[in-house]
Amino acid sequence: MKLTKDIALESYRRMLRIREFEQEGTRLFKAGKIPGAFHASIGQEAAIVGACMALRKDDGMTGTHRSHGHPIGKGADLKALMAELMGKATGICKGRGGSMHLADNSVGIISESAIVGGGIPLATGCGLSAKVRCTDQVSLCFFGDGAVNQGTFHESLNMASLWTLPVIYVCENNGYAITTSIARSHGQPSIAKRAEGYGMPGVVVDGQDVRAVYEVTSEAVARARRGEGPTLIEAKTYRFDEHNVGLFVPGTPYRPAEEVDHYKTHRDPLALFRQVLSAEGLSEAELRAIEGEVTRTVAEAIQFGEDSPLPDVADLSDYMYSDPTPVPAKQFA
Amino acid sequence: MKEHSAVPAAVEKPGSETHVQMSFLEANAQAHIEEMERDERVIMMGEDIAVYGGGKVVERFGPTRVWSMPISETSFTGVGIGAAITGLRPIVDLSIASFMYLAADPIINQAAKLRYMTGGQIRVPIVFRCCMFYGGANAAQHSDRPYPVFMNVPGLKILCPTNPADVKGLLKSAVRDDNPVLIFEDTKLWAVKGPVPTDPDYLVPIGKADIKRSGTDVTVVAIAGAMRPALEAAKTLGTEGISVELIDPRTLKPLDTDTIIHSVAKTGHLVVVENAHRLCSVAGELAAIIAEEAFEHLRKPIQRLTAPDVHVPFSPVLEAQLYPSKDQIIAAVKKIL
Repeated sequence: MKLTKDIALESYRRMLRIREFEQEGTRLFKAGKIPGAFHASIGQEAAIVGACMALRKDDGMTGTHRSHGHPIGKGADLKALMAELMGKATGICKGRGGSMHLADNSVGIISESAIVGGGIPLATGCGLSAKVRCTDQVSLCFFGDGAVNQGTFHESLNMASLWTLPVIYVCENNGYAITTSIARSHGQPSIAKRAEGYGMPGVVVDGQDVRAVYEVTSEAVARARRGEGPTLIEAKTYRFDEHNVGLFVPGTPYRPAEEVDHYKTHRDPLALFRQVLSAEGLSEAELRAIEGEVTRTVAEAIQFGEDSPLPDVADLSDYMYSDPTPVPAKQFA
Repeated sequence: MKEHSAVPAAVEKPGSETHVQMSFLEANAQAHIEEMERDERVIMMGEDIAVYGGGKVVERFGPTRVWSMPISETSFTGVGIGAAITGLRPIVDLSIASFMYLAADPIINQAAKLRYMTGGQIRVPIVFRCCMFYGGANAAQHSDRPYPVFMNVPGLKILCPTNPADVKGLLKSAVRDDNPVLIFEDTKLWAVKGPVPTDPDYLVPIGKADIKRSGTDVTVVAIAGAMRPALEAAKTLGTEGISVELIDPRTLKPLDTDTIIHSVAKTGHLVVVENAHRLCSVAGELAAIIAEEAFEHLRKPIQRLTAPDVHVPFSPVLEAQLYPSKDQIIAAVKKIL
């Protein structure tokens, strides 16, 4: 399935939203306005958005600790996401989740798991649920190259294949699990090849090319909706920033500076896609209009976050249970 | 999918007092079947349940409601959680409670936390059936009583019934609850028979203890399989003129401390009996609660009877040393009276 103009423009918009949301987020993090740890997806926008654009809003999705891009890719509003990063009461998770857990259920996300590989069984269960409920929903699971060495990856792919569940497993392979390269951690360096062991198709795609990711994911989604089961997609991508902003890495750099420069200069998914859109006849004015709109949207989200109140400490135990099962007041004495 | 409210034929109307005699295990199977008939979102998942699932559940509900799982405890637990978040109400059978350590990551890091971590955007209505098979010479890797481990996890509810009526009513409440619930079944109690209400809407409330025997001299709290020797001890002590109030918490989280405090205020003496290991046990927690909140009522020190901090051995002669006996309970009571 090829990108139509509308989908292409929306893809560009969402990729740019991720880029600017995270660039501004990095600035705010360094300024002390965002607590915790900040894991940016900058460089990986095409892998995320290309996959998300192949989904419907009611399709389920799980993500990872590198969580900001997933809700933005699926079309979430930025305001509640930025407020969450700032730990505000208006945050999408009411200040209970933060940077590693930007799950927006209104766009179908059921979990952004900071336990590596933790979302894979959940996405599989989301597919099982669709099958039991006889809907044509599918479930899409994002995870990194590190997660494929967790048992949950193997166990879940086996079950999805066994029961032909409508699940699309998308590996954002950025080459490094924090500092550990694929060469140092994967006996079988091809992640897509592992699919064969579970009896499902495995596809490698250029994760810097949003059109390519959209096409292979659309095909996998169509298969899943037809009841033909799961697909594993390995999107080869690259993270431009450190594992998390400000991470101290002692000793010899685990990835050469030339490699990082090469990706930033020649393999930037936004620059590549902008060139494609221009070449296909989009005017500079049209592109600038989207870029201006995204900048405004991100600025509004920051303003919303800054204007929002902090959570009321009296509400600390809210959302623990779905019915009023009060945590005894004595525990707070 | 809509919730079914259909009441199976040939049973009495809600509120009737009709009971039938059945075993703990039969009552448990009946609860599964009634809830699956009532609500088509309820599914069962577990290893070998197509063969061992009670009441011929596969024939009754078919393979889309009864899922036989591969040996992948970690991930099929996560699959159940994903299904629970997206519209189903799974009952996940973890076979033997020792296998819960494999399932602990998704239970703790996902099921227990996701509602809170998403600011209430999602709910996880799931039941984990955890069967404790100790006391049968199965050695340490098949004999755990791990409920205290999970009591330290916020966000879970934990049940531990000791008779057929309670297991039926509590399991049904668990299936209807919107939170993750662990139900620990002590297999020493599976064969115990008792009257069970036939009302398909018979529920035992989560978080409510039950006084199994009223008394005035000493409060004995017994957990799970410890209820059997505790009941026998209470009867023997009764013949000696010692009146035991025997309490079954039934729910370990949230714990009904009011019932226990009220009883200790009356008796002034507390003995807690359980078959889990001693450190950070329910007995330890109850001792702390009573020391904090009912110290002025205590006339003698609280007695804890538990398994020691030693693994379950294989040889029956060794394993028999591990769990509090009727005689030890009687001795503990007499020590503080």
